[in-house]
Amino acid sequence: MAEGVKPRVKAPSSAAAGEAVVLKTLISHQMESGQRKNADGTAIPRSIINRFTCEFNGKSVIDVKMEPAISTNPYFEFEAVIPEAGDLKFTWYDDDGSVYEDVKSVTIA
Amino acid sequence: MKFKAMTAVAALLLSVPAMTLADPDEDSLVINGEIESVTETAAPAHLSDVLDTIYSGWRFREDETQQLQMDDFDNPGMIFADLGLDQWNKVEGEAGKSCASCHGDVEESMKGVRAVYPKWNEAAQEVRTLAMQINDCRETNMKAEPYKYTSNQMTNMEALIAVQSRGMPVDVAIDGPVQATWEAGKEIYYTRYGQLELSCANCHEDNYGNMIRADHLSQGQINGFPTYRLKNAKLNQTHDRFRGCIRDTRGHTFDAGSPEFVALELYVASRGNGLSVEGPSVRN
Amino acid sequence: MDFTRRDTLALGMGAVALTVLPFRVNAAVDDVIAEFTGGATMADSGVTLTAPEIAENGNTVPISVESEGAVAIMVLAAGNPTPGVATFNFGELAGAHAASTRIRLAGTQDVIAIAKMADGSFARASSNVKVTIGGCGG
Repeated sequence: MAEGVKPRVKAPSSAAAGEAVVLKTLISHQMESGQRKNADGTAIPRSIINRFTCEFNGKSVIDVKMEPAISTNPYFEFEAVIPEAGDLKFTWYDDDGSVYEDVKSVTIA
Repeated sequence: MKFKAMTAVAALLLSVPAMTLADPDEDSLVINGEIESVTETAAPAHLSDVLDTIYSGWRFREDETQQLQMDDFDNPGMIFADLGLDQWNKVEGEAGKSCASCHGDVEESMKGVRAVYPKWNEAAQEVRTLAMQINDCRETNMKAEPYKYTSNQMTNMEALIAVQSRGMPVDVAIDGPVQATWEAGKEIYYTRYGQLELSCANCHEDNYGNMIRADHLSQGQINGFPTYRLKNAKLNQTHDRFRGCIRDTRGHTFDAGSPEFVALELYVASRGNGLSVEGPSVRN
Repeated sequence: MDFTRRDTLALGMGAVALTVLPFRVNAAVDDVIAEFTGGATMADSGVTLTAPEIAENGNTVPISVESEGAVAIMVLAAGNPTPGVATFNFGELAGAHAASTRIRLAGTQDVIAIAKMADGSFARASSNVKVTIGGCGG
């Protein structure tokens, strides 16, 4: 598991039933593209987060295929519809097999 | 064919839009819709003979970059303040304490701290930067290993502490016991370094608002440090930046944590007295 | 062929112009697009791509895409070593079919967004982003 990988998510704690809410997600990750070279000229191997998903109560909100062109400390902003009370689950999948998760609960106002 | 080709090439070259010279823009910085940040104010008295107005570096950045600082969930530097909070709560060292053991809630105990550093430490009889004070606490009170001066851990902790002073004016003392250090810092600011023989003032006092190649020159204020630089996609401390600047003059640079940079940091901080603490800010 | 001084000058200036023009095109881009669209034609409206005209720094360039009714939006950087940037697949609980992110651009180039609509059609938008190099970055 890569060191110091920490998610940071902005999600509302409550919403009206059926409301579309704005979500902002950040995660600290180097996103080593595979293009950079060491001092001796050898390429530093690629090591990125290659996929990000958001689900609400098990249903898909967004599923992003990520390439090395996504900047270090990947950021995504998108919207989710909240039909009922439940959990927003955010998942990041690393090239090295690690999986990072964060969960935010949403109540209905 | 020869004439037409040359005319076409010339026409193309002329049509490339010119980079506009731009003074600081007119935007205002409100973070999270609630923290009003002063990014423009009257220059402090000690600068009265050289500057009328001081501006935060935020005012010299493109709109998209400025946006990144206006919401704590847009600001990539804030993840590192979060990591700083984890460190704050972590027990380390032989005394079995964390920062929280003595200081409690960071929001209360560290409020206003960033705004007055670097400052005089009476017991140690020296000017201290925030990093020096953090390490002193770690070694003396926690009996823990000090952080390496420009390490991620130190930078995360500085970011955490800077957050607690956001919106408060920078207010470092320049007289009394710190005066000699302040004078030394001022002399460094106006000394030309390197093959290119540039002083801080040449760019940041004489030419702020102009372009240096593709970069929009700011006044070189440090109210926003530690700052998340788009260029290296991580948080940078003041001493990192000082080293980069002197290296850019093609000169041999002082070290992070050196007495020269401590003095320079005190002086440069005082040039921003009145601007709001913004850290962690987002810059180029 | 004999080069006169005029020929040489014209060729030289042409070469200089080519380095100045945003001329970075990657043949792989067309392949990637074809794989996504299956070769279908793309409408030039239906997807919006927002990107700065001049990127403050190519390392972190904020962009956003939006396409009402799209099931997926693919973003490509035509001048990067590899063109793929991201593909946003919208699920059943997506709100607006839009997303924002930050990307790396290796130099001045076109950023391209292609939306796949629910009815199987496609739409395309592109934006030229100037990426400057050099300053006193430190």
